[in-house]
Amino acid sequence: MMPLYAVLLLAAGTYAFRLAGPLLGHRLALSERLRHLLAVAAAVLLVALVATGALTQGHGFAGWARPAGVLVAGVLALRRAPFPLVVVAGAATAALLRLCGVG
Amino acid sequence: MDMRSLLRTLEHATLRDIALVCLADALVGASFGAISVSGGLPLWVPLAMSVLVFAGGSQFAAVGVVLSGGGALAAVATGLVLNARLLPFGFTVADVLQGPWWRRLIGAQLITDESAAFVLQQDDGRRRRAVFWTCGIALFVVWNVAVLLGALAGGMIGDTDALGLDAAFPAVLLALVLPSLTDRRTRTAALVGAVAAVAATPYLPAGLPVLLALVGLLFAGRPAGGAAGPEVADPAAEEPVSKEAVR
Repeated sequence: MMPLYAVLLLAAGTYAFRLAGPLLGHRLALSERLRHLLAVAAAVLLVALVATGALTQGHGFAGWARPAGVLVAGVLALRRAPFPLVVVAGAATAALLRLCGVG
Repeated sequence: MDMRSLLRTLEHATLRDIALVCLADALVGASFGAISVSGGLPLWVPLAMSVLVFAGGSQFAAVGVVLSGGGALAAVATGLVLNARLLPFGFTVADVLQGPWWRRLIGAQLITDESAAFVLQQDDGRRRRAVFWTCGIALFVVWNVAVLLGALAGGMIGDTDALGLDAAFPAVLLALVLPSLTDRRTRTAALVGAVAAVAATPYLPAGLPVLLALVGLLFAGRPAGGAAGPEVADPAAEEPVSKEAVR
């Protein structure tokens, strides 16, 4: 579960990241390499969340319906389909497969 | 910060773009509220996160870790690593927030991927300020209202798996991250990280596999434009990232 202290920790840390620039902007510059690493780190984490979220449940395999839904959503997103369509198609694919008895 | 003079400063096309971004984010926010509550979190969690954290990707990430059984600290660490990218954005828009201290404190909370991107499109100082405050305030209001509406709707949903809503969470994240995967090195790093995270899932406590994905950063390479620069290898540059990961 998500206790209040966790929400506050995340909020405080995030605010510190935001405030550093406006407070120190004229005294400090970030290296190009650090900027690059921070941007890549964000992409790496998001893709890992997609992969684990799509494929796993607890410590095991999530079944075929969910990754199939995410795959459909990914193909639609690549083809620049509108965001609501991407999400609804992903969920509907998983739901339909389960209706047909696919786990 | 007179709202009408802010709006007059901006071109029609810019205002339209801001409105479109708000609309898109409203849908993401509504999904966040609905998925959080239908996944079993109390209503206040998505609402408090949206006001206090106000960074969609990390909100989804933290809730995703928790809903998959991970610990609260793993959720916080994941969200913080994601939000570390706001650090360079803060430096990018620092000129916009010059002025009284209260303006910096309030403005800082409005720094997002979107508001920073809009500021970057403008050269003139007055326009940079106008676009930052307009986009920032509009997004803050729209995002929080959308999360509230989504969360209320999510509370009415019964069997989330039968509706495929468990697939909606990774689907939203995938749609959010795809545009940042145009660079080949970023793709390699992300792929390596994802394989490591999935492979570790059976063995590590929930929440940690996603953080393990940061090993993919070893494949991040150098900034596209900086390859020719005289920059020496600087292992210290990687420190802040890994420090956030263990917080």
